[in-house]
Amino acid sequence: MRVNVTVNGEQRQADDVWEGESLLFVLRERLGLPGSKNACEQGECGSCTVYLDDVPVCACLVAAGQAQDREVRTVEGLAEGDRLDPVQEAFVEAGAVQCGFCTPGLVVQAHDLLDRVPNPSDPEIREALAGNLCRCTGYEKVLDAVRLAASRR
Amino acid sequence: MDFLRPETLAEALELKASRPDALPIAGGTDVMVELNFDHRRPSALLDLTRVPELQRWEEGLRIGAGVPYARIIDELGARLPGLAMASRTVGSPQIRNRGTVGGNLGAASPAGDTHPVLLASDAVIEVASVRGTRMIPAAEFYLGVKRNALEQDELIVAVHLTPARGPQQFSKVGTRNAMVIAVCSFAISLFPRENRVGAAVGSAAPTPRRAPEAERFLASALDFRDPKPLPDSVKREFGELVSRAASPIDDVRGSAAYRKHALAVMARRTLGWAWQELLDGERACA
Repeated sequence: MRVNVTVNGEQRQADDVWEGESLLFVLRERLGLPGSKNACEQGECGSCTVYLDDVPVCACLVAAGQAQDREVRTVEGLAEGDRLDPVQEAFVEAGAVQCGFCTPGLVVQAHDLLDRVPNPSDPEIREALAGNLCRCTGYEKVLDAVRLAASRR
Repeated sequence: MDFLRPETLAEALELKASRPDALPIAGGTDVMVELNFDHRRPSALLDLTRVPELQRWEEGLRIGAGVPYARIIDELGARLPGLAMASRTVGSPQIRNRGTVGGNLGAASPAGDTHPVLLASDAVIEVASVRGTRMIPAAEFYLGVKRNALEQDELIVAVHLTPARGPQQFSKVGTRNAMVIAVCSFAISLFPRENRVGAAVGSAAPTPRRAPEAERFLASALDFRDPKPLPDSVKREFGELVSRAASPIDDVRGSAAYRKHALAVMARRTLGWAWQELLDGERACA
């Protein structure tokens, strides 16, 4: 089937999409947007977190057809040209990135948190990121990054 | 595989009648896992996310089957504290943004987080087909492991719940707070004006189920008219009866013996919290 979806502000079209395919597969393999990562394929790890109509979701759990005529914003859509989003900058500066695999999901999820809660408490940050697994950092630097981004907004 | 995309409830029911093999999908948090891992290959997916009738709730309360957990917590948390507590334990924020009570009911897993609350709070499930609408009490909805009372041409349309008329509590055991399938869970609803108690267990029998003996014992042991601090013996007996209502198995998440023990503890504690809320409320009114 054909799927029409707005991705990062651009009208996109994917053809020959299998009806049982995930939005994540469409983004990565058909639209050339490999920022959202494919790890668990069951919503456990959060690496594929994207905005769907402004709500963060696991792209691996959205059927491609469900994204028809919807708006998707991926990690690729956060920066403005060469200027990183403050959340992305903070991740770099705080050393919250090690292997980098979980980073796109964490960045999108943290981005949403700070949009909703400009000055989150530590428990609020932990709760917001509870569905994003990182096996490198031990999360401390990730928390530093979110606090840093919050302080700059 | 076909991808069916109804835009009204009537259209969805027509499609389900002509394609009973179509698998309904809402938030996708269960269905997509089965597809991604090739555990299931339905001949068609019936996408319900575009059906406006399923995405809203009305006073009463009638909650559309497609209202996600995040909205239940935000919009209905004050009136349905038990359901909101259970909803907060579902998955992660991303999962709660997508997952729905309708999906929990459709999957009918014995471990589904909202089932004990729906049972303890006398929820009624509204299901519909082109033949008409049926109202099914939660206690009659769960038929077996991942089996529910739906006919092949029916869809879950809404859940009916009255706003809490007394304290409600929910408790769940798992290895961490987020992203956990319940080892076992428990819900309690007090109905002070009716002198009644609802109590139900999850993930501790082939289906979620009520604990009727525990409910009857507690209703007779509690003095709703003149609430006083509860003796430990009442809490303990209630816990025992709740535990006895369960028939759990040993599996990867926990042993049957552990589940029985944990249920007794959860029943005792949640009763303590709920009763304390009632006592505090009395004091506030006085």
